[in-house]
Amino acid sequence: MHILSMLILALGAAATLLLAIQASDAVMSFHAGLMALFFVVGIVLVQKRRNNLTNTDGYEDGIIRAGAIASTFWGVVGFLVGLVIALQLAFPVLNFDLPWTNFGRLRPLHTSAVIFAFGGNILLMTSFHVVQRTCQARLAGGWAPWFVFWGYQLFIVMAATGYVLGVTQSKEYAEPEWYVDLWLTLVWVVYLLVFLGTLWKRREPHIYVANWFYLAFIVTVAMLHIINNLAIPISWTGTRSYVIWGGVQDALTQWWYGHNAVGFFLTAGFLAIMYYYVPKRAERPVYSYRLSIVHFWSLIFLYIWAGPHHLHYTALPEWSQTLGMTFSIMLWMPSWGGMINGLMTLSGAWDKLRTDPVLRMMVVSVAFYGMSTFEGPLMSIKEVNALSHYTDWTIGHVHSGALGWVAFVSFGALYHIVPIMWGRQRLYSLKLVNMHFWVATLGIVLYITAMWVSGILQGLMWRAYDQLGFLEYSFVETVEAMHPFYVIRALGGLLFVLGSFVMAYNLWRTMRGDLRIEAAPIGSTNPVGAAS
Amino acid sequence: MSEKKIDEVSGMETTGHDWDGIGELNSPLPRWWVWTYYLTILWAIGYWIAMPAWPLVSDYTRGMLGYSQRAQLSDQIAAVKAGQAELIARTAKASVADIKGNAELLEFALAGGRSAYAVNCVQCHGSGASGASGYPNLNDDDWLWGGTVEQIQATIQYGIRSEHDETRANEMPAFGRDEILNPQQVDEVSDYVMALSQNPDLAKTLPGKALYKEYCVDCHGAGGMGNQELGAPKLSDGIWLHEGGKPVVVDVITNSRSGMMPAWVNRLDAVTVKQLAVYVHSLGGGK
Repeated sequence: MHILSMLILALGAAATLLLAIQASDAVMSFHAGLMALFFVVGIVLVQKRRNNLTNTDGYEDGIIRAGAIASTFWGVVGFLVGLVIALQLAFPVLNFDLPWTNFGRLRPLHTSAVIFAFGGNILLMTSFHVVQRTCQARLAGGWAPWFVFWGYQLFIVMAATGYVLGVTQSKEYAEPEWYVDLWLTLVWVVYLLVFLGTLWKRREPHIYVANWFYLAFIVTVAMLHIINNLAIPISWTGTRSYVIWGGVQDALTQWWYGHNAVGFFLTAGFLAIMYYYVPKRAERPVYSYRLSIVHFWSLIFLYIWAGPHHLHYTALPEWSQTLGMTFSIMLWMPSWGGMINGLMTLSGAWDKLRTDPVLRMMVVSVAFYGMSTFEGPLMSIKEVNALSHYTDWTIGHVHSGALGWVAFVSFGALYHIVPIMWGRQRLYSLKLVNMHFWVATLGIVLYITAMWVSGILQGLMWRAYDQLGFLEYSFVETVEAMHPFYVIRALGGLLFVLGSFVMAYNLWRTMRGDLRIEAAPIGSTNPVGAAS
Repeated sequence: MSEKKIDEVSGMETTGHDWDGIGELNSPLPRWWVWTYYLTILWAIGYWIAMPAWPLVSDYTRGMLGYSQRAQLSDQIAAVKAGQAELIARTAKASVADIKGNAELLEFALAGGRSAYAVNCVQCHGSGASGASGYPNLNDDDWLWGGTVEQIQATIQYGIRSEHDETRANEMPAFGRDEILNPQQVDEVSDYVMALSQNPDLAKTLPGKALYKEYCVDCHGAGGMGNQELGAPKLSDGIWLHEGGKPVVVDVITNSRSGMMPAWVNRLDAVTVKQLAVYVHSLGGGK
């Protein structure tokens, strides 16, 4: 087995090294070089740790520690780039007239960094944690989980450096070119196998609800990623390719992918996080097993139809728009089923919100989830969409979900995991968690209210006619009107970034084993932040 | 292991599962949740019956209401056009001078002109029509090719140095680059041109005056009066098409400059061009 591992890694190293030498453009050469380096380091590590990797006792927790560090790092980076592009929109001079710092290249850097680098690492980390704990089984596959972890980091680095150097296939949230897509496919399939293998080894008779959600997320993302990215490279040694889809079929495939990236990456995966960490932290049973079954299957069935609502009033056939819209409306209650199960799990433990800011963060995230999943169906209604589409309202909607729901539940999971994984008595400081909570919440509120106002204003200005039937505003006048809201949005983003710095500091001190002496919060009967 | 218990806080039975310390209650689905879910499904079915919804082999279900977004859009556009039809027909027959003399047509022209300006002209002349360096300000009374409403109409129609046969066009020589004047002479003429607006008394004493008379006066006129027939800018009023003071004047005399404006007759209908002319004329500098 060890020999086979070495052989595979050596083959990988040789092939990518050859590609690096033969590459027809500089970026391909650079990226193939990175892959070669990945395999060479892999050979060294697998050789050095060969005894450790065959260990089958206990849990594999090293990878969870690595995931905590990686997700905190990528989170801070992704939020910072978001702040930069928010400032660029308010003050275009910050584009610096350089190709590498242009909004067009930094925007996918931001979206990929927060969704795939931060969110993806959170999902890897928590899924590896949750699946082991709820199956009472060690991760399957020897060094395979580590291949998933480091392979995923390589995917992030290739995607990010590619964007900045101008390599993109111009599909939103799927910008990486064909060879990066292939690499991610490989990593993802191994991830699926590790996850399934661990479920297979479980010592529990049933599979916990969080694992249904993780599995739905992994399987569906694989399907979405492969179909949306089907492409023909211009050359096997170059970065460029043509996507096989064209015209409105391409648009529909893209938004089938795009919407389900939200549905399965940013919803199903993070509901899995909620289903483990909220009851764990609240020390209460999940509110309703039946609700979890019904809303899981409803969500999985309905989400996949909703994509066409991104293409209202376009060349997309009208019947398809109708289906996208009606399935989005039907999706409202299945989404809220998750919210109800998250919030009602706290019944009997509401007092903990006063004393445990980590739980408070997770509960507020569930509330934001409820709000976004009401706003989403609302915006999918064609008449509402006629006003909201292409405006900042969409950006505000995305961020109430991304900052409020995804990021907050992730922060909650990080704050919960780090003391346990590093064997600390508690977090370094709960006061800093509290500070992070309030600063970030204020940031989110500023962000989304600014975008609501500017989005609706923008939509109304675009469609304004005078009584003689002439357009009221030029496009540039609508851009000018957005300026104050762009400044407020950047301010909200700044607060969110500051909050993430506070978190990174707090987690770092916790990892080091430092404890800040703090008075117990009023009403607390437990020792401060005792990890359970 | 699967031993059902009663949760003390809620009085609810558990499923008996235990996942790393997490239990599950067997709470029934909330009634309001179930009914709202059914309601959204019923609404969706109703919507499918009313609207275009499901694909068939070579067609799709059209829906009982016969709704079509393309038809809706054409209807809306047709309605606006019908509302404007009479005024458009009258504008088509009228000259720009007639339009200015008729209150109803003038109001229509100003509204239509403002809207067309916002879409077609702001990119160069700015949303407030105050222009930018190289793009004339349309609010002042300093006109390159004339500021009567007819002259403005002709400029919009045929453009400046455009592809149209009747385009307005001129070409200032590149005095420096083509070695008509040496750098020393270019500098002297530039000093003279700058002084025309800044200090006319000083200008008379400058050595550049003689060079100006020899090379520039035919187009720009005595004392930099300009000539709208030729599109030669007035040099004595301190308003500069290309901003930047003497260095820019030196550069213009050395290399010449030639901005261009499209012939809008190729892109806009005659009614819209008239409306634009009337609108631009009304901005403040119209003669």
